[in-house]
Amino acid sequence: MNNKNNNGGLGGLLHRLENILPKIVLLPTFALAAIFIYGFIGWTTFISFTDSKLLPNYKLVGVHQYTTLFENFNLITHTSRWSVAVSNLIIYSVLFIGICIIIGLALAIFLDQRIRGEGLFRTVYLYPMALSFIVTGAAWRWILNPDLGLERLIRQLGFSHFTFRWLVQSDLAIYTIVIAAVWQSSGFVMALFLSGLRGIDDSIIKAAQVDGAGLPRIYRKIIIPSLRPVFLSAVIILMHLSIKSFDLIMALTQGGPGYATDMPATFMYTFSFNRNRLAYGAASAVIMFLAVMAIIIPYLYSELRGTRNER
Amino acid sequence: MKLVKGLLILLVASLFFYCGPSGGGTVEVLHWWTSGGEAKAVGVLKDMLEKEGYHWKDFAVAGGGGDNAMTVLKSRVVAGNPPAAAQVKGPQIQQWGDEGVLTNLDDVAKAEKWDELIPKVVADIMKYKGHWVAVPVNVHRINWMWCNPEVFKKSGAEIPKTWEEFEAACKKIKAAGFIPVAWGGQPWQEATVFETIVAGVGGTDFYKKALVEADPAAINSPTMVKVLQTLKMIKQYTDPGAPGRDWNLATAMVIKGEAAMQFMGDWAKGEFTAAGKKPGVDYIATTAPLTAKQFIFNIDSFIMFKVKKENEAAQKAMARLILQPKFQEVFNVAKGSIPVRMGMPKAPFDSVAQKSMDDFAAASKSGDLIPSMAHEMAVMPAIRGAFLDSVTNFYNSDMTAEEGAKQMADAVAAAK
Repeated sequence: MNNKNNNGGLGGLLHRLENILPKIVLLPTFALAAIFIYGFIGWTTFISFTDSKLLPNYKLVGVHQYTTLFENFNLITHTSRWSVAVSNLIIYSVLFIGICIIIGLALAIFLDQRIRGEGLFRTVYLYPMALSFIVTGAAWRWILNPDLGLERLIRQLGFSHFTFRWLVQSDLAIYTIVIAAVWQSSGFVMALFLSGLRGIDDSIIKAAQVDGAGLPRIYRKIIIPSLRPVFLSAVIILMHLSIKSFDLIMALTQGGPGYATDMPATFMYTFSFNRNRLAYGAASAVIMFLAVMAIIIPYLYSELRGTRNER
Repeated sequence: MKLVKGLLILLVASLFFYCGPSGGGTVEVLHWWTSGGEAKAVGVLKDMLEKEGYHWKDFAVAGGGGDNAMTVLKSRVVAGNPPAAAQVKGPQIQQWGDEGVLTNLDDVAKAEKWDELIPKVVADIMKYKGHWVAVPVNVHRINWMWCNPEVFKKSGAEIPKTWEEFEAACKKIKAAGFIPVAWGGQPWQEATVFETIVAGVGGTDFYKKALVEADPAAINSPTMVKVLQTLKMIKQYTDPGAPGRDWNLATAMVIKGEAAMQFMGDWAKGEFTAAGKKPGVDYIATTAPLTAKQFIFNIDSFIMFKVKKENEAAQKAMARLILQPKFQEVFNVAKGSIPVRMGMPKAPFDSVAQKSMDDFAAASKSGDLIPSMAHEMAVMPAIRGAFLDSVTNFYNSDMTAEEGAKQMADAVAAAK
């Protein structure tokens, strides 16, 4: 019948469609990514070589913005605002990632002891993750405010000389951001480690126990080394969170006192949009981009090489 | 889409106002006067325009302070579709002028005699290369000191007129268990107090050299060292909760009698009024130490963009109406500022505004009318940013006043 005649043609069409359909479906997202991510990365880089101020213009001035950015650059004495931002980022990233991993791993190991009410604990520790950084920042701003929060509470309990005012001290304010960020993210790291721990074959542990290894030794020599891929993903996730961090700082300290808790992201925003120094802000954005690349590229490289080896 | 929408609105507007005396036209106005009294005051301008047969289109962008609005404005201008008017102030008017997108209001200015009504210092800010491109709306005075007389009485202190008296009063107030100064530890607020001290300690000429011309030699000078020492002196009379505090919370401390005084512009009056306090009785508004003669001003203005021919008449009408006595009175009473138009009747205004009006007129004669650095009237945003950075950096660290003056000069030179 007619059907039979058409079948060959239709089948061929379907087959061809099947071949190009994924490409058609992917095309819009590809085009969007090409323009709105890679296109604008290119455009921002270009702007950073111009002298754009209020509005973008295309008068090239070479690397002038970069030399201004790194003028008086000193991570120890903080002679320029950019060096404050960069050294804050380093302090914050190292502490944030380190403490999150230590707390997350400890919590995961404790929860892995098959304790009663594990589900409850897991939810309690994971819950801060459900908040946005804005909420976390606002809550900690009140907790750490000497007039409203912790200091006042403990003084009212009778310890009248208790002082805890890191939030308002220029040299210590950056650590309050670490506290808030760790509070928010360590539960998530715990969940990562917990799933890693659950994935370890019980028989290996049993075998080690038969061989007479104590629990600490089993953790040190067998379990933690086998969590290596989890460590890697935790570091990568926390690392990009810390480089991008903007909302937490805006909500918690607004970069203050003064600009003591400025970070590259807040620096970029301030200079591009509040101070009409578009090209200067673009230069700092490009530096941030390069820093992210410096982390991502080795990671991608090792990941891709890893999968190839497994095959 | 925007174009279609715009055309539709035009069509509707022209249908409605076809019989209007001036033939209609639309002004699209970008502003962020969206809160209570301000929104009402803007509504008056809208009514006045519509009575003349023009159509007003609000382009209000939420998010106070205008950062969001400026971003939207920039993208509209880059896209070649600017509004008729936008709330832009100070030296930024010159930056927009450099972009070549502003219209020329000289004919309105001439017909309405703006040059006679508005002090020259203010007029110069509104002009680009000698041509009017912007219309001033209101005047705020920065160098006010808001005092709670009750706290002064209880502490046995006098309201200070010099910085020596100020320190003496602060000691008494602190000893009596009050916070001498309600301080909002945000960079712009610290800069507000800083410029007030510059005007008082350094005088008008030094203020102009240091904060308007941003002359590094004036900034890195013994006078500036003295200014910074005074600023640091105040710090010991503030409370530990000050960093990050919003200005209105600091005002509330004075209202509630927890603190004795606050340095803030005349918008602080709104907080006192809202709390039901009376000037001269429940609170005293006086000029900051040593600045009785000076008037540090902060002026809001509208810049006017080049628009399509059919909307030009509406735009010019708006420019004219803003400086008419009726709008000046209604708007400024509602906003708590004073008219930028000189010689207005003082009766509708409260006593604080009346003093402000007298001082405004006197200062514009004596040459003590000076633009605020902290409120974006004196220098470009990049230089203002450098000032704010170095003031707050100095205030919040242990560096000496000499080091503070030097780093300020360096930062300002780098931003030029």
